[in-house]
Amino acid sequence: MPDVVPLLKVVDVSLSFRGVRALSNVSFGVGTGELVSIIGPNGAGKTSMLNCISGRYTPSEGAIVLQGRDITRLKPNARAALGIGRTFQNLALFNHMSVLDNVMVGRHHLLKNSFLSGALYWLGGAQKEELKHRREVEEIIDFLEITHIRKAPAGTLPYGLRKRVELARAVAIKPSVLLLDEPMAGMNLEEKEDMARYIIDLNEEWGMTVIMIEHDMGVVMDISHRVMVLDFGSKIAEGTPDDVMANAAVKRAYLGEDEEAPAVASTDGEIAVGDAGNVVSWQ
Amino acid sequence: MKLEFLMQLVVNGLILGTLYGVVAMCFTLIYKASQIVNFAQGEFLLIGAWVCWWILTSFPVPFYAGFLLTLAFMMVFGILLQVLVLRPMIGEPVIAVIMVTIGLSIFFQAMMKWLFGVFVQPFPPIFESSAVSVMGLNVQPIYLLSVAISICIMVAFALFFKYSRLGLAMRATAFDQQVAQSLGISVKQMFALSWAISAMVSALAGVVVGIVNGVSAALSFFGIKVFPAVILGGLDSIIGAVVGGLIIGLLENLAEYVDGQWLHLGNLYQVVPFYVLVVILMVRPYGLFGTAKIERV
Repeated sequence: MPDVVPLLKVVDVSLSFRGVRALSNVSFGVGTGELVSIIGPNGAGKTSMLNCISGRYTPSEGAIVLQGRDITRLKPNARAALGIGRTFQNLALFNHMSVLDNVMVGRHHLLKNSFLSGALYWLGGAQKEELKHRREVEEIIDFLEITHIRKAPAGTLPYGLRKRVELARAVAIKPSVLLLDEPMAGMNLEEKEDMARYIIDLNEEWGMTVIMIEHDMGVVMDISHRVMVLDFGSKIAEGTPDDVMANAAVKRAYLGEDEEAPAVASTDGEIAVGDAGNVVSWQ
Repeated sequence: MKLEFLMQLVVNGLILGTLYGVVAMCFTLIYKASQIVNFAQGEFLLIGAWVCWWILTSFPVPFYAGFLLTLAFMMVFGILLQVLVLRPMIGEPVIAVIMVTIGLSIFFQAMMKWLFGVFVQPFPPIFESSAVSVMGLNVQPIYLLSVAISICIMVAFALFFKYSRLGLAMRATAFDQQVAQSLGISVKQMFALSWAISAMVSALAGVVVGIVNGVSAALSFFGIKVFPAVILGGLDSIIGAVVGGLIIGLLENLAEYVDGQWLHLGNLYQVVPFYVLVVILMVRPYGLFGTAKIERV
């Protein structure tokens, strides 16, 4: 199991849009090398949480700490430079650019050449720099098995491949924390299996800490080290997949109030029955 | 004789067209990066030409040195303009930002008149011969130079956007600012860069036109002339801007030919581009190369 030194710490984060409270006092931590999933019913605040971490939203209260550094007020681009990479729930590729260019954009903050040194391609060292980064980008492309489409405009690709290209782009940032917003939404079973394998490899072999939002409970329970459950903007449970499956509050959130309802069917077909009231908390 | 006159006008049209194309490209650049329709584009030419004229007439420097100084000044000017005036306007309604650029246009015109007077000032002579003969047609050497420079700029633009790190980042920003930011691109820097490039390249065009016609407030009309070129090409297409510029340059000169030979209306060339603009927009509302907004459900 990964060590318990939090790489990313979310402390009492609340987020309000005028009257609507999207998140209230959510705290959690993610250790180096962990693969954590955030689940919850629609509108629970999962994507809001991710946006707070990536910097698209600034929390109304609370703090976000990366490697001991408070990044609550930093702009998204500064956070990306510190090593937070993300993908989006709805595809957000640069459609008219080639796959290769899309991935290279992720490299932006690692490249140092300026307007002038870029123009003096051979003299200013820009060529050397580019070759080095191109090699690493090719490695990523190779790993995600999108080599055959690297010159194709991203907008022409089928959905499953676009999702993979988006993952490649986020990986190109060289993130220490990778935020994935529904990486498997809209995929068929085979594509989901592939994606799950990539995520596990990124986590285990590339050493990336992953925070993932996903609706497919089968995948979530299979690959996550820990799971956090949000409902109406509050954290209702956190712990190992088994603990969370057995949690009464989670069942209530997903299935409604009726405690006497028949055994809970999770989406992968297994029947989840467990002791109620086993709220696991970890900070 | 008539054919020769026509050919001369076609050549003039192409030369003027490349200049329109360059300025239109600058206009498009700002629009693509920051969604601002810059009505002060013509004033960039005006300021560039005046600054270059001032440097050359006040200090004993050779032309190229004065020219490089002008470009450096315009780069700083473009960045300052974006940082001080337009950055605070980010997030405001588009119409408010457009009003600001119209205000800037009036302000800079007045300031240039205040600083340099209202009379046309000729540039110090740069080329010895006043015209060279190219295949039997008279062409001013500065125009040849301007075509060469314009083509260089167009190629440089193409290479910049296709291959350079910043060019790629600017394209990414133009497509989606939020996503670009989440990939570590500073959107503010990209905006400032686009204004700096636009101001520099426009100034270059301003100097060329200033050398031919002398420097005066009339230079800022270039900004208005470029407008049909930009709309024609589609507001967000760089290639479209170049093609649009060429079309408008040719149209103006052909209109002059038709007018001079048969119609004798006088000044037809000034309105023809706008007639054509109206017709083209009726057929293709998003311009010749612009992005048609397609809704996918």
